[in-house]
Amino acid sequence: MSSYLGLWHYHACILLMMVGLFAVISRQHLVKKILGLTITQVSVIMFFVAMGKVRGGTAPILETMNHDEVVRQAHDVVFSNPIPHVLMLTAIVVGVATNALALSFVVRIKESYGTAEEDEVLAADHADSVAESAKEHALESEAT
Amino acid sequence: MMDVPIEALLFFLLLVTALTVARLRDLYAASMMTAIFSLLSAGLFVLMDAVDVAFTEAAVGAGVATVLSLGALSLTGSREAKKRAQVFPFVVVALTGAALIYGTLDMPHYGDANAVIHSHLAPDFIEGSAELEIPNVVTTVLASYRGYDTFGESFVVFTAVLGVILMLYRSKKDAS
Repeated sequence: MSSYLGLWHYHACILLMMVGLFAVISRQHLVKKILGLTITQVSVIMFFVAMGKVRGGTAPILETMNHDEVVRQAHDVVFSNPIPHVLMLTAIVVGVATNALALSFVVRIKESYGTAEEDEVLAADHADSVAESAKEHALESEAT
Repeated sequence: MMDVPIEALLFFLLLVTALTVARLRDLYAASMMTAIFSLLSAGLFVLMDAVDVAFTEAAVGAGVATVLSLGALSLTGSREAKKRAQVFPFVVVALTGAALIYGTLDMPHYGDANAVIHSHLAPDFIEGSAELEIPNVVTTVLASYRGYDTFGESFVVFTAVLGVILMLYRSKKDAS
């Protein structure tokens, strides 16, 4: 069991992600769902960044530009892995862009349905489809 | 080892903030708590040596995203209706979490310098950064080695902005 103790950062990220996922699934207000999505997203990003950490390492910024110096420095100084950092920078920016798009959908839904609660929107949709099929039914019976 | 108490404290605060966001019915307060969540996570990113990710998260995650959600809330109303709690989401979330934790069990430990991801591309990128004379390795990879990726990212942002403009412009025309 103690061999799993070194993984607690990952498990903490997963715990945070679970809270975000819970907000997405169980909350009815659409903006609240998007806030939950933000939390999930930050937790996943943190999970990836945690994988790039090297114990005793430092931020991957070079002190010198001389090539031989850098090779020597790479032996003395430990840098954390820059690759997850780069990928997650992209993920943050794209995440905010999709967030903005999702929020504009919510604003549009509010204008059309008069509510931003998911169950009320679904109920309105259901009532619409029931009314429509009743209308069709009435037309059919009129024709026959 | 010195970092561990600070990391544990930050993770604890993050958990409390996330739970508060999930529970709050006042959505203005919830989006401010999300901003706090982003700022706390930026602190953790610094501890994980990801300074670039930290300031992007603080600027974009805590700044821009909060402004956007506050703007959306001003148009949609800020109270969440009270609904009875359901069992189903708890089950789904617990199953997902259990599966993910099971998936981490054979991963290299946090901070392990011998992990596979540290031994292949990263040393090349660090040396290449010196050749390109850019001190920050993250900048080198972002703008040079993965330049097309960053170009694609800006295209995604452009598409999203276009989508937002079309969406809100259409709704304004319909209203009049």
